[in-house]
Amino acid sequence: MDWQALALTLKLATLTTAILLVLSVPLSALLILGRSRWLAILEALATLPLVLPPTVLGFFLLVLLGPRTAVGRGVIALLGHPLAFSFSGLVVGSVIYSLPFALQPLVAGFAAVEPGLVDAARLLGANPARIVFTLFVPLARRSLLAGALLSFLHTVGEFGVVLMLGGDIPGATRTLSILLYNQVENFDYAAASRTAAILLALSVAALIAIYSGTRRLRGRHA
Amino acid sequence: MLEFSIDARRGSFHLHVECRFASEWTVIFGPSGAGKSTLLRLLAGLDRPDFGSIALDGNTLSDSASRVHQKPGHRNTALVAQQPALFPHMSVAANVSYGVVDLNGSQRAERIEEMLKLVDAENLTHRRPRDLSGGEAQRIALARALAPLPHLLLLDEPFSALDGAASDALLERLKDWLRKRSVQTILVTHDATDAYASGAEVAFLRDGRIVALGPADVVLADERRRILERLGSN
Repeated sequence: MDWQALALTLKLATLTTAILLVLSVPLSALLILGRSRWLAILEALATLPLVLPPTVLGFFLLVLLGPRTAVGRGVIALLGHPLAFSFSGLVVGSVIYSLPFALQPLVAGFAAVEPGLVDAARLLGANPARIVFTLFVPLARRSLLAGALLSFLHTVGEFGVVLMLGGDIPGATRTLSILLYNQVENFDYAAASRTAAILLALSVAALIAIYSGTRRLRGRHA
Repeated sequence: MLEFSIDARRGSFHLHVECRFASEWTVIFGPSGAGKSTLLRLLAGLDRPDFGSIALDGNTLSDSASRVHQKPGHRNTALVAQQPALFPHMSVAANVSYGVVDLNGSQRAERIEEMLKLVDAENLTHRRPRDLSGGEAQRIALARALAPLPHLLLLDEPFSALDGAASDALLERLKDWLRKRSVQTILVTHDATDAYASGAEVAFLRDGRIVALGPADVVLADERRRILERLGSN
């Protein structure tokens, strides 16, 4: 069993989920409360990773973050090394790749909050941040939980982006899905079965957590 | 004093009103679809007029010419709608104190107590909205709107879930409290009896226009006659 790959996968998924929650809550609120026509473009861009093949996204990121672009050169100047083929690069790629999985449940959850409640809060002087943290987040906590776990699971199972952007560096970019690919390529089906079983167990555990969490929250409302 | 000149289109509906309300208590009467709720939302700042201006006691709240639009919550205006819209995950006390942010803990507790006493709901402090009846929820919504001490109170048929006696008693207490605090009030209703019984200045809104403004017995004379004829015919 490659504990290093397991630890790296969990670290990547946890970090990605945390970053996505911090980004998605204000972004979802902006999409719901904002009135600018540009928001449709923003939403489309944020949803793009959902329909784009992961290898294509990984390739774009590889080029964008490499030394041939101004963005890539800026990152290299800032960090002293390129983001491609590093754990930090994987985090950036995973955040972009899993963004729709965090965003969509939150947008749906925030949109389901009764407009009359938002009007009441506005009339009582609440600014958008207060509306988000006193109304949207507590009332859409099921969506928050779903978004967090979907992002986590999606990152755990990520392959195309990881391979294109991170390659296969043990301890730095070799996640469980890359390990599984290597094991199958080497005809080591016994090891591949164990790795696949871990990935399956992680997915089932996370889904049970989602459903038991939502059932508990539903019970509180009943 | 509330002065406004508003032009707003919502789909095929066109609201075009120009008025000055100087009385402490004004009733806007009109049939369903006349634009009453639209007008209140514009006055409260929840929506923007296409053209026009709104001023309260000489302060401009909204003016399309100079692109002024004070946000709701920053114009000393409260709106109580027919639907109470209480925050379902908060207690009654937390709902009432939501708009009171500039007071310390004990002052805030005093304000909550004063508001709940006004609406006769002191025993509901720790209840959740789901445990309230329709009438109780409407009274808490009123307490929540009044807690920040607004200068203008807009009431959009907020007592529909209260029975007659409870509604009359609450209205009397409320009028007394509003008079002491010099809060100008505008009550919207489609019920001619309520409008007539208020004895207040009445604005008759029809198809997005104010067609009459004056004492209730003058503005609603035709409505009164119509109701009496219907009662007589039975």
